[in-house]
Amino acid sequence: MKILYGMQKPDEGTIAAGGEQVSFGSPADAIARGIGMVHQHFMLADNLTVQENIVLGAEKLHGIGAAARRRITEISDAYGLGVRPDVLVEEIGVADRQRVEILKVLYRGARTLILDEPTAVLVPQEVDALFANLRELKAEGLTVIFISHKLGEVLSVADEITVIRRGTTVASVTPAETTPKQLAELMVGSELPVPETRESTVTDVPVLEVAGLHLSGTDADGVVREVLADIDFTIHRGEVMGIAGVEGNGQAELVEAIMGIRDPDGGRITVDGDDLSHASTRRRREHGIGYIPEDRHRHGLLLSAPLWENRMLGHVTERPNSRGQRLTLGDAKADTERIVREYDVRTPGINVTAASLSGGNQQKLIFGREMSHHPKVLIAAHPTRGVDVGAQAQIWDQIREARIEGLAVLLISADLDELIGLSDSLRVMYRGRLVADADPATITPEELGGAMTGETTGRLSGHDSTDTPADRPEQADPADQADPADQAGPADQAAPADPAEGTGDGPSSGTAQGGTA
Amino acid sequence: MSHPENETPRSDGEKPAVGSGGTGGGGTATGTTEAPRPGAAPSGGGLTARLKDPRFQEKLLLGLTAPLLALATAFVLICLVMTATGQNPFQAFQSMFDYGTTERSQVWIVNKAIPYYLSAVAVAVGFRMNLFNIGVDGQYQVAAFFAAVVGGALTLSGVVQIPIILLTAMVVGALWAGIAGYLKAVRGVSEVITTIMLNSIGGALIGYFLHEGRLAERNQNIVHTPDIPESSFFFTIDTGNGAIYGTIVIAAAAGVAYWYLLGRTRFGFDLRAVGVSDSAAEASGVSVKRMVIVSMLVSGAIAGLVGMPTLLNDTGNFGNNFPSGIGFMGIAIALLGRNHPVGMALAALLWAFLERTGGHLNFVGYYQEIIGVMQGIIVLSVVISYELVRRWGLRRQQRIVGAELAARARKNDTVEGVA
Repeated sequence: MKILYGMQKPDEGTIAAGGEQVSFGSPADAIARGIGMVHQHFMLADNLTVQENIVLGAEKLHGIGAAARRRITEISDAYGLGVRPDVLVEEIGVADRQRVEILKVLYRGARTLILDEPTAVLVPQEVDALFANLRELKAEGLTVIFISHKLGEVLSVADEITVIRRGTTVASVTPAETTPKQLAELMVGSELPVPETRESTVTDVPVLEVAGLHLSGTDADGVVREVLADIDFTIHRGEVMGIAGVEGNGQAELVEAIMGIRDPDGGRITVDGDDLSHASTRRRREHGIGYIPEDRHRHGLLLSAPLWENRMLGHVTERPNSRGQRLTLGDAKADTERIVREYDVRTPGINVTAASLSGGNQQKLIFGREMSHHPKVLIAAHPTRGVDVGAQAQIWDQIREARIEGLAVLLISADLDELIGLSDSLRVMYRGRLVADADPATITPEELGGAMTGETTGRLSGHDSTDTPADRPEQADPADQADPADQAGPADQAAPADPAEGTGDGPSSGTAQGGTA
Repeated sequence: MSHPENETPRSDGEKPAVGSGGTGGGGTATGTTEAPRPGAAPSGGGLTARLKDPRFQEKLLLGLTAPLLALATAFVLICLVMTATGQNPFQAFQSMFDYGTTERSQVWIVNKAIPYYLSAVAVAVGFRMNLFNIGVDGQYQVAAFFAAVVGGALTLSGVVQIPIILLTAMVVGALWAGIAGYLKAVRGVSEVITTIMLNSIGGALIGYFLHEGRLAERNQNIVHTPDIPESSFFFTIDTGNGAIYGTIVIAAAAGVAYWYLLGRTRFGFDLRAVGVSDSAAEASGVSVKRMVIVSMLVSGAIAGLVGMPTLLNDTGNFGNNFPSGIGFMGIAIALLGRNHPVGMALAALLWAFLERTGGHLNFVGYYQEIIGVMQGIIVLSVVISYELVRRWGLRRQQRIVGAELAARARKNDTVEGVA
């Protein structure tokens, strides 16, 4: 996607636009070829009017005056976008902003539109309106690339679907001959990895207990939304609990709530029986919660600082980094040498900046740092994302070893190989809730895919699942919503997509957009 | 799979030992495992051996490029400006140098540099965590004013009264800066805006109290606070060509404290971590909001000392002729000194030197304004060249790391092939 829009260069391969082979050095090249992109996060200046935003950076096309306005109105009318050029962007809603973004791209002469998760910020009615706009565009002969995690939307709007998993094309299908279920299978992979046969190290000593955790957040529109609700789980000594789910369903917020970066509205978090529900991040870390953040550049490292300072980050109050208020630089450096050696961080020395290491080596350093403080619980969010295969295998091995020694791990990952290969138990997160649980040894891809898209809830048994209503529509029709949502009992595969409170009233798939802020 | 990986640290161990000519053996006690690490190697060897170590050469190269580049650029630009305005730059430099190095000038320069240095340290504390404290100017004036009022009202012995005056100045400075820190942490107001506004408010506050019958008295045209008693003056060091202010020990102490606090304490680490990446600092357990307030308090407390050399060594009171603008100079000097305790000292001396010689230039027929031009050019060249060198260095380092690891990987491959 970034390559198509010229933001990144491909290592190899070709792109053909309009039958001609092209290569893009920058977004400007892509625009010149008629490819435009609407980003998930809008790139608009709030204090300018719609017209000014559209014209900004494309003044050469039609100037900034009456000619530009004529063109804007023209496009707006042609595709039924209904854009008002004189309103300030800060005064219009999300859906309108999105239309402005689309118009912006069309104004620059794009014939191919890339929409990145366009529905993430929209409510159901707005989604319908967007789809109407897209059909309009299609009718006018434009090409739309629609990127989404939501199966129902893809199926209803697309003429052709390409499933990409872990950077490669898995399949190309047409909506007419595919069901949501098949699509879900394609998304999660048809062959699930078999968990390695190994002895369970799970004990019955609870380490991390989370009960009734609730968190609400305010989204871009100032609407308070439920981000996490009714999160309950216990991780025991020697247990790895995996959380599966499509990204943006509250996993990041769950991690932040456990780490104390976000303060939950309700619920309890205890480690080893000590209540840490509202403790500071530092106290939690001192209490033995190790943390491998999802975004290591933003949350795990000081990129412009040397490795040994990065070794101190997050554990500056502990030996060997400090004694009392005083830093013990010599000890910290010596220990960094040890981490570099033991965790095989490939670096010429500990004085180079963290930024100069590769992703895998950065991650090995972070992992080594966290493990060096003998955590009781390790919160690992996508621990092998953007990491080379060698480092990945190493990190997996080390998590397994630590688990044998009694470490409790909360593993959040989008990589099912990782989840199934490492976890002792699996939970599925959907719209801020833990909707299903499963045994990694018996789970099937259909079940996992179904639960990840909110189709099934409860205990995924893994055996007698072949007779489940496979063609249950992704989109709950109004009649379904009116039904009192049955409390999904264990092994009940037919539970409705949406939990009890069906707040949405539109026919399309979404109700409240939990966790997509 | 894992076997060749485990080999790597061992195989790379041999390489630096060859490169550094056996320097590594020395100081490191852990022997085999520790010694081969290139980072640890320089600790043992002598200077000549260190110079042969490629990593040390690299450090030296990066360390020297920036200041040399900055000096060269600044020199060329100043020459161009002076030539363009019809002045002979070399004669001017000669004249400045001759005058600036007389003993009397040296004493003047050192005395002038004391408040400049304190001001720079105050600004640097903010810089290290990405806070731009433009309010040092207001902070030190408000602090000096109230310190002068307290000093003028008390008549205790110097041993007691001087610490009271210093403490008053630091507390007032800290509180004044703390307002901006509080607003930033709690309301998210940019400290740039609030500190500038607090400068004005501080000026108005002083203006209100600096009135006959309020907190001040009149002496001809000067309205000032009551004089502090003779015993409360700081000591001076007589050189025969004028006296060096004893408050230089305060500046030195502030410099050492700054170095120790930021480089050697947990607090300093937290502060710097926030400066490098507040998101990473937050995730690591630093309360960024608390840090904002505390660092503004520290910055303000040091700013409070800026007025002390003048008050305790020179005027003995705060009048409407009390020096102003030192806070802004502190920003330039902190930039010039790269927030480094020694670098800022050199920069403060350079600034004082330029001021001293500026008046003289005017006297011998040059435009005095050229000094302001020089100061501007120097700051810009330093800031730009350091930034350029930093980026270049980062890219270079990434390349070197990449090349070294690639070489190591190749070596590994051949080892694997043999085995």
